[in-house]
Amino acid sequence: MNVPRPTGGGIMALSFLLAFLLSAIPLPGWLDRFRPDWVTMVLIYWGMALPHRIGIGMGWLVGLLLDVARGALLGQHALALAVVAYLTLQTYRRIRAAPPWQQAFSILIFLLIEQLLVFWISGVIGYPPRDWWYLAPALGGMAMWPLLFVILRDVRRYFQVT
Amino acid sequence: MFTVNPAATLRLGLWIALSIAIMTVDHRYRYLDGARDVLTTAIYPLHYLARLPADVRAWLAENLVGRGVLLEENARLREKQVFLNAQLQKLTTLEAENRRLRSLLESAVNTPERVLIAELLAVDFDPYRHHILLNRGRQHGIYVGEPVLDQHGVVGQIVRADPFTATAILITDPNHALPIQIDRTGVRTLALGTGNFQELELPHIPNNEEVKVGDLLVTSGLGGRFPRGYPVGKVAKVEFDPGSPFARIVARPLAALDRIREVMLLENESSSPEPSAPAMAEQSTPPRPP
Repeated sequence: MNVPRPTGGGIMALSFLLAFLLSAIPLPGWLDRFRPDWVTMVLIYWGMALPHRIGIGMGWLVGLLLDVARGALLGQHALALAVVAYLTLQTYRRIRAAPPWQQAFSILIFLLIEQLLVFWISGVIGYPPRDWWYLAPALGGMAMWPLLFVILRDVRRYFQVT
Repeated sequence: MFTVNPAATLRLGLWIALSIAIMTVDHRYRYLDGARDVLTTAIYPLHYLARLPADVRAWLAENLVGRGVLLEENARLREKQVFLNAQLQKLTTLEAENRRLRSLLESAVNTPERVLIAELLAVDFDPYRHHILLNRGRQHGIYVGEPVLDQHGVVGQIVRADPFTATAILITDPNHALPIQIDRTGVRTLALGTGNFQELELPHIPNNEEVKVGDLLVTSGLGGRFPRGYPVGKVAKVEFDPGSPFARIVARPLAALDRIREVMLLENESSSPEPSAPAMAEQSTPPRPP
């Protein structure tokens, strides 16, 4: 039995790049509040689809880049995304068996955990959130998950990313 | 059904420990600035790419206008130019007079000499920290603590200068305090950020002090970061509570903090750490905008 060489690393990198772009692109104010954490969602997708290729370290690294891109404290998103990657790797067997709209609820939980960790750290360094709006991106993420899932699944199949 | 892989849990623990270590170092010390420089430079093209659609739209809007519209705009701008020039003449004489009077009083007054225009690359970091990213950095002579203004008033100051970009904190950030004074009465206080783009808080003004809605706030020049006399905001709300020693005063910033696209950076001769790096666009500072 020969183990096939992993392919499609470029596609994965490209999907992360696009996610970074989507999270930096200017949006009108009311939409901006619900802007999903695209990077986190792409990380969850790849962690679920190809758990052997995404590790906790990978999530950490992506999070570190997110910190730099957002000008946050170095390590803030890194910690949150490492936790999300860990949760994904522990639960992908159950989640990916469900249809996308049901997966969205699990994604909501992951995104909420991420938001809470990030804002918890912000609170520690003196920037406590002022209202409950900071949880809105998780809802946006939940709404966009089925779409993202279908797109990334087709991309993965078309380019045979393994 | 929920099998926890102990190795994975251990790895998670290690990564979390690493994150906490990095955060502590980044928050308290400056050791990681070099690493952040490298990473920011690496991620720099991303900000440009993200802005591309908006830039293309702006370019199209600029280039696909009819000749008539352009002529009209040109005429309007010329008219405005004449008007502003007339005002400027008045200000020049006033400035000269002011300087003469000050020299009579033998008080040193420092006027900032250089103005650098920078464009916003991004505003949407964390929505609870009012930080903006500018497209000029250390290469262009920007330094930490440099005052940032727009055409209406004070915007904030630079908190991090990377090689090609710089991060500025807005005056409405909850962690920012700006030394100001009320122009009409000369009362000095601080303008504290509230996390709301439309609100500044003025603490420590006694109940018996005379403050009116509409009073202009200007920088007091104390603290040495901001030059004196730049407009900051207008008093929007005054509440006297007999039970508390201080009045509750809320001001509204004059700068359109949530809509700015371009800002001015003032190189303040007295606060500039090293005058080695020359500013890109040198021009004389306009005196206080009307």
